[in-house]
Amino acid sequence: MTLDSTYGVPTVSLHTRPFAPAVRSVIRVNGMPRARLAFVPQPVMGKTPAELRAYVDGSDTITGRPVMQEVIEGLTRPIEADDPTDMVYERTTPRLVEPDSEENLHALFQENHWSDQLPIILPTEERVAEMLAHTSHPADEVVGHMRPTMFREYWEYTVEKVAVNAVMAGARPEYFPVILALAASGASARGSTTSSAAAMVVVNGPIRNELAMNSGIGAMGPYNHATATIGRAYGLLSQNLQGGSVPGLTYLGSQGNNYAYNNVAFAENEERSPWEPFHVQHGLKAEESAVSVFTGCRSTAFTLGVRETYWREHVRNMLRGMDPHESPTFLLDPITARQFIDRGGFNTKEKLVAWVQDNARMPAGEYWDYQLIQNYIYPRATFGEEPWASKLKAAPNELIPMFRTEDIHVVVVGGETNGYWRIMGCNYQKTVSVDAWR
Amino acid sequence: MAKLTVLNPMGYPPKITRKPLAPRLSSLEGKTIYLVDARFDDSELLLREMQGWFADNMPAVKTKLVQLSSVYTKDDPKTWEEIKRNGDAAIIGVGH
Repeated sequence: MTLDSTYGVPTVSLHTRPFAPAVRSVIRVNGMPRARLAFVPQPVMGKTPAELRAYVDGSDTITGRPVMQEVIEGLTRPIEADDPTDMVYERTTPRLVEPDSEENLHALFQENHWSDQLPIILPTEERVAEMLAHTSHPADEVVGHMRPTMFREYWEYTVEKVAVNAVMAGARPEYFPVILALAASGASARGSTTSSAAAMVVVNGPIRNELAMNSGIGAMGPYNHATATIGRAYGLLSQNLQGGSVPGLTYLGSQGNNYAYNNVAFAENEERSPWEPFHVQHGLKAEESAVSVFTGCRSTAFTLGVRETYWREHVRNMLRGMDPHESPTFLLDPITARQFIDRGGFNTKEKLVAWVQDNARMPAGEYWDYQLIQNYIYPRATFGEEPWASKLKAAPNELIPMFRTEDIHVVVVGGETNGYWRIMGCNYQKTVSVDAWR
Repeated sequence: MAKLTVLNPMGYPPKITRKPLAPRLSSLEGKTIYLVDARFDDSELLLREMQGWFADNMPAVKTKLVQLSSVYTKDDPKTWEEIKRNGDAAIIGVGH
């Protein structure tokens, strides 16, 4: 789009068939609804040259006309005479939904993809007002902006809009400052990626006990009202306030992700952790309350305990099994946290992180061959960006680090019924004050 | 049946400002077309086949295959400037 409109170079963009609705939507919201397009079959990845030549020789999968006819005409067919290029379209969202019966409203919310396909609490003005009473911030204050992908536009939302979604999730009004903090992060829990990612939420500080949140037995499961509904609210507010999360249009996750129902929301077990809390590591005081947001949650490895003889190999195996484009967050039961100290002397989270960074390695040849590394890291490496540019110089059999230190995290959670622990593949985004939203 | 009034959960979208398309070429004969690899999921391999199609079917069209300078999520003024300076048109792919 930039090449065509800003640089004045006639351009045709090639896409694959499943993305046709999303592509048409993106060009429309970016002000170029008549951008010239051509669609080939999916997938392109992994096809032989002969198969790809057949795509080029074949038909556009949307129009049915030859692909090359679409390409050539895309570059030569004159711009439509009636194409208005100087218009600005204002858009808005009404405050209220057309009044209707309770039954019809539930159906409407589901059909509009405003829910997570589970029953919601209808956001009446009374319920929203009760939610709003639990923050000092005015209803019309802008909280933030979100979008499902970087190719779409940012949508804006207010305190009241966040309250609407918090009510829908079944959250109690006293949870509202936590939900506002999540909304203020600007990190969508409904990011659109073909990899089907979800979010993870870690809550720290006194708010955990104020809201009777669970950091012990079943903390990451459906056993606590606060974490269940706060996590759900984060998902609902993300999908609705960013402009939607509709399959094929604003959500392209190929398989979907079950973590997305509640976005793995839990409280860190600060009381039983031998280390400093996660939010303190990120600049807050222990007596402050905060939420930390992770996105790109897709994979989980787990095991029991930290064995005496082969613990290093076991941990390396778990790390080695990850896609190196993901980053590891260790979710440790307090039993396991103490075991890591016993086995390796990691009396701080930083020491454990340093050991993980140094020991999570794979041969350079294998590293560079991962598709996600080819898509997202290799181009940055060839551009000269470190630390990846230096990794390009490694011999194929040379063991190179899979992760950067700053991408490795440790959180303590669990009720000590056993020393199970996990590595969640996800990407830390930011830590946001809850107290600022009280 | 009693009717309820509820609030709309959607956020506020920004305005849309239309952007112009560049004027199209009257013909591709003798022109230079840049094939721009978005560096995603083997896009380069598809564009190589398209380059081969031009060589076989429209030999009077010059094509040049280039890659984006970095990952597709980053803007690439260096490449756009080169195409504007030395090219007449562009085909970019594959955007998924």
